[in-house]
Amino acid sequence: MNHTITEKIIAAHCAPKGEKEVFPGEFVETDVDIALSNDITSPLAIKQFRNIGVKKVFDRNKTVIVLDHFTPNKDIASAEQCKFIRQFAREQNIKYFFDGGNCGIEHALLPEQGIVLPGNLVIGADSHTCTYGALGCFSTGVGSTDIASVWASGKVWLKIPETIKFIYEGKKNKWVYGKDLILYTIGKIGVDGANYKAMEFTGSVIRKLPMTERLTMCNMSIEAGAKSGIVEPDEITMEFVRRTKSGRNLKSKFMGQWLDLKSDRAVDYCNLVEINVSKIEPQVALPHLPSNTKPVSKLGTILVDQVVIGSCTNGFLEDMRIAAGILKGKKVHKYVRLLIFPATPEIYRQSLKEGLIDIFIDSGGIVNPPTCGPCLGGHSGVLAKGEKCISTTNRNFCGRMGHLESEVYLSNPAIAAASAIAGRITGVR
Amino acid sequence: MLKGKVIKYKRDNINTDEIIPAKFLNISEPRKLAEHCMEGLDGEFSKKVRKGNIIVAGKNFGCGSSREHAPVAIKASGISCVIAESFARIFFRNAINIGLPICELKNATPEISENDELEIDLTKGEIKNATKNKVFCISPYQDFMVKLINSGGLVNYIRKR
Repeated sequence: MNHTITEKIIAAHCAPKGEKEVFPGEFVETDVDIALSNDITSPLAIKQFRNIGVKKVFDRNKTVIVLDHFTPNKDIASAEQCKFIRQFAREQNIKYFFDGGNCGIEHALLPEQGIVLPGNLVIGADSHTCTYGALGCFSTGVGSTDIASVWASGKVWLKIPETIKFIYEGKKNKWVYGKDLILYTIGKIGVDGANYKAMEFTGSVIRKLPMTERLTMCNMSIEAGAKSGIVEPDEITMEFVRRTKSGRNLKSKFMGQWLDLKSDRAVDYCNLVEINVSKIEPQVALPHLPSNTKPVSKLGTILVDQVVIGSCTNGFLEDMRIAAGILKGKKVHKYVRLLIFPATPEIYRQSLKEGLIDIFIDSGGIVNPPTCGPCLGGHSGVLAKGEKCISTTNRNFCGRMGHLESEVYLSNPAIAAASAIAGRITGVR
Repeated sequence: MLKGKVIKYKRDNINTDEIIPAKFLNISEPRKLAEHCMEGLDGEFSKKVRKGNIIVAGKNFGCGSSREHAPVAIKASGISCVIAESFARIFFRNAINIGLPICELKNATPEISENDELEIDLTKGEIKNATKNKVFCISPYQDFMVKLINSGGLVNYIRKR
C-alpha cells in the first residue's frame, strides 16, 4: 500500500517495529521519542503523574521541560509554579531541562539543540509542538494529562490523521516569507480548515524555502486546526541538522535514511490545495482570527501602539536579520513601542555578534530576553484597552495580548519592522 | 443520563484564550480556575452558571492553545456537558482525558436555545431537548469512554484498571 510520510513515521513507532502499516482513521498506540512540556502545562502534568502513582518518568533522556512562558517570572504565582517544576526536574534528573540562562522559546530551542530530528515522533503539551514537522518528524500538541501518561508509559494513543497536500508553485515576491504563505493558506481554508488532519507542505517553493521559514509554516498549522504539519526532509534539512548541537556527531547513515523519508507518489490525499505564490503579497491577519487575512496593500490606515518581533513563529536569527535590515539607520515612530525577543540565547548571542542588537537599540527598540511573554498576554508587552499591536506571533484572538478591547495584527518581521518606523501598518518601501 | 439547562454561545471558534485567559495560567487549582471561566467571552458566566448546566456552542469550540486549564475550568464550574457543532482537536482530547463529557451535534445552535432543558444519554447517543420536545442522534460513546468519564478522567481510569 501507498502511505504518506506522516503514516510512515507513526507506523515505525508502533510495535512491532517496522512491520505495521497504518491507515487514516485507525487508532494506534505508539512509542514517543520526545515528550515536551513548559511552565504552563507542566504543573498540571506533574499533579496527574503523581496521581497515576508511577515513581519515575519513562526515560529521563527523552523528557524535555522548558520554562519559557511566564519567565523570567512575572509574579509570585508563576514563580511558585516554576519552583514546583524545578523540584520535579531535579528529582527525575531530567536531561533536557531548560531554565534560567539556557532557556529559550521551546519550539526554536529544540530544533537548534538537535533534540528533535527527522523521523522522530514528538508529543508536546503545547499546541505549537507541530513546529518540528518542518524537520520531517511527526509532532503534535496535547494537554497535560496526556503528557503525564506519556511520562508514565512512554507511549501515546493516536488517531492516524488524513493528510491534505499543499502544493506551492511560482515565484515568491519580494518581502514574502514562509509566514505570508501560511497566513495566506489559513486565510484560504479557515481556522478549522485542517481540523484533525496533517498538512503536508510541498512544491518547488517549499523545496527552496530556508529551514526557519519551514518552521514558521509548520508552527502555524495548528491555527488551521491541524494535528500536525510536515515537510519531507531534503538537503536543506540535512544542512540544518548538521549545524545543530547534536547534529555534529551524527553518523551520515542517518542522513541517508532521513532523505528516503517521503510520501509515496501514488498515495491518496484527502485533499489537494494548489497555491500560486506569484500572486501573493505580504499578508496581515486582522483581529481576531489568524484566518482574517488581507494583503498589506489593501489595508486602510491602521495606527499601532506596539510592535512585537519574536516568538516561536518568527524569533529566529533570520527574522532578526530581516528586522534589522529594515530598521538600520531608522528610528521607531515616537508613539510606538518596539519589542524584540530573540527566541534563544544562541540567537541572542549571534544577533549581538552581527551587530543586530546595536541596530535595534539605535532605532529605539527594546531588546528582551527569550520568552513567550507578550504573545499570550503574559508579560513584557501586555496591551491596554483600545491599543493596537502588529506582531510576528501566531494568534490574534480577542484579548490574546492583553485587554479584551485591544487588537493584534499578525505579519512577517519585515512588515512589523516597517510598521514600527511608520507608526502604522505598512508594506516595506 | 445528564440533565441540565442550557447556557448558549451561538458563535463559532470560541477559543481557549476566551475560555480561560492566559493571565490565569499561573493557577492550577480547578475551583480557582472556575472563578475565571469564560471570562474572555462572558464576564457574567461564573455568576450565572449552576451545577449541571450544559454549554451549547457553534463550530470549532476550544480552538487555540493546548491548555488543559480550559476544560478543567469548565468542569469545575459545574458544567455537566459541552455540546458544540464541532470541537478543536486538542480540546476534544483534553476534555475526555479529564472526564468532561462533550458531544458533537451538527445543528446545535439552530436547534437549541438558551435555558432549554436537555437530557443527554451518552451510551445511547441521544440528546433530548425536553423544552422543544425534539430528539437528536449523536455518535454514542464507546464503552471505555463512558467508563473513563464515570471514573472522572484518564488518570483515575488507568488507576482503577
